[in-house]
Amino acid sequence: MLRYIVGRLLSAIPILMLVAVFIFSLVHLTPGDPAVLLAGDNARPEQVEQIRARLHLDQSLPVQFGIWALDAIRLDLGESIYSKQPVSKLILQRVEPTLVLAAVTLLLTVAMSVPLGIVAAWRANGWVDRAIMAFAVLGFSVPVFVIGYLLVFFFAVELRWFPVQGYKPLASGALATLHSVVLPAVSLALVFSALIARVTRAAMLEVLNENYIRTARAKGLGTFRILVVHALKSSGIPVVTVIGIGFATLIGGVVVTESVFNIPGIGRLTVDAITRRDYPVVQGVILFFSVALILVNLIVDLSYPLFDPRVKG
Amino acid sequence: MATLEIDLVPAQPPRPNLLRRVAGAFSDPGIAIFAALLAGVLLLALLAPLIAGDPLAIDPARRLSYPSADAIWGRDHLGRDVFARAVFGSRMSLGVGFSVAIIATVFGVTVGLYTGLGRLGSGLVMRLNDAMMAIPAILLAIALAALMDAGLATIIVAIAVPEIPRMVRLVRSVVLGVREQPYVTAAISIGTSGLPLVLRHILPNTLGPVLVQATYVCASAIIASAVLSFLGVGLSPEIPSWGGMMADARSHFRDHPELMAYPGVLLSLLVLTVNILGDRLSDALDPRKRRRGSL
Repeated sequence: MLRYIVGRLLSAIPILMLVAVFIFSLVHLTPGDPAVLLAGDNARPEQVEQIRARLHLDQSLPVQFGIWALDAIRLDLGESIYSKQPVSKLILQRVEPTLVLAAVTLLLTVAMSVPLGIVAAWRANGWVDRAIMAFAVLGFSVPVFVIGYLLVFFFAVELRWFPVQGYKPLASGALATLHSVVLPAVSLALVFSALIARVTRAAMLEVLNENYIRTARAKGLGTFRILVVHALKSSGIPVVTVIGIGFATLIGGVVVTESVFNIPGIGRLTVDAITRRDYPVVQGVILFFSVALILVNLIVDLSYPLFDPRVKG
Repeated sequence: MATLEIDLVPAQPPRPNLLRRVAGAFSDPGIAIFAALLAGVLLLALLAPLIAGDPLAIDPARRLSYPSADAIWGRDHLGRDVFARAVFGSRMSLGVGFSVAIIATVFGVTVGLYTGLGRLGSGLVMRLNDAMMAIPAILLAIALAALMDAGLATIIVAIAVPEIPRMVRLVRSVVLGVREQPYVTAAISIGTSGLPLVLRHILPNTLGPVLVQATYVCASAIIASAVLSFLGVGLSPEIPSWGGMMADARSHFRDHPELMAYPGVLLSLLVLTVNILGDRLSDALDPRKRRRGSL
């Protein structure tokens, strides 16, 4: 078990390094001189040179990468061109809304999609199954911002149950926070659930054909027990895997949703940084999201032995 | 003297004809509706100048005006014809959707075949592939689109690049399976190798799954392009696009939700259509997807 965990952890390191190289080259091989941008419009050439030296932009690209990567390991992601604040501080300031939104979305998604997937598999090819699968296709066809505005129109503008936009920090009370993230979290969860309900259904169908399910039925176990205890556990691996893969979509969704609902999270930071061409922030934020994605998929990998003891690496 | 005729050519197994199976997938009426819908949007995009007026003409005097004879869906915050912008916006969605699907397929199939056959450097290429998949796709697209110079080609490349690794994975996994099939071993044993082996025996088997995946890539590219225009990354906002129309409608959402609804509904319908066609193709082309019994 320990060997499996250590093995998975070690295998994430080369991926992480390649991601770092990729993000670095993404920003550094694109046109535009950060030093000129940073110096402002009426800077003298010496000032630009000074900034270039301070940011090590006068060094060769591999050296620059080395400096950047070593700093990044120490959580020093440089300084924003726009606000002159350290990038890691900017991320830290904005991490709460994004984490809350992602956590509520994940909870809603699992609570919604796994039961739907189970019912669809149980009633495969019946009208309930068809309805659930139609909902699923709809869910990942309607873009998250369209769902967002639809919900805003009905539940915020017409019914006035929820605020149209904005975020209440946890410091103002957990309930207030929850109230402010309901609409964005539901929009995201509808998209995310569609994917997971489909995979849950497919995995359950696979398992329901197994002999041990027939045995369980022959023993006289109830349908609920068979579905939830026997079949669901074996379907766990594909389901958690797709939650991990879908997390990338979720991150993309968070970026868009934070813009729709005006939530001051990392998604907004990303969009703002990109429109201002604030390179250090763009680099830092993409690195942050990629590390989050790798971590989530690592947790997914590490959860496999829970569902199938044969997985030990 | 009686001759014993020996049939030297073994009975050919019925070769599954991709085209026929694709055609079969669209034969029933439920799917025909969606195929017709897609054809309709295509026609709309092609004939846009004949159907609608000028999508760029500004008329500030009649800003946010309700539907009238010359602007049947009303006018936006700059007095532009909403219907005309919606019709011309279909060009953006379809253009980006199809171009991205084609680019992702060409690169994905080439790299996937290469790495699937385990040629020099395959391992390294797959690690790079994994690394690219570790960066959230839409984030990568936004960054690429914003950092490169603005233009339609940039948008297409920015959306296509993050889609390629998934296609590579898919093709590679199919190739890895096909490589072990007896008929491939047989082909190798009679001396087929290199390009003819790949083109004749391996590539055809990847086409089914690739076609299905290309449909999904098309759908997600349509969404991605709308997201980019919605966030204001990339093309100039005066170029009509559904995502851009929604971005324009944001500040007038309370009083004019219909400005949000038109492009939102069109966008959702188009993506839904492409996804349903993809699902249908997947059912028709995947022999493993037979209907199973239930509990």
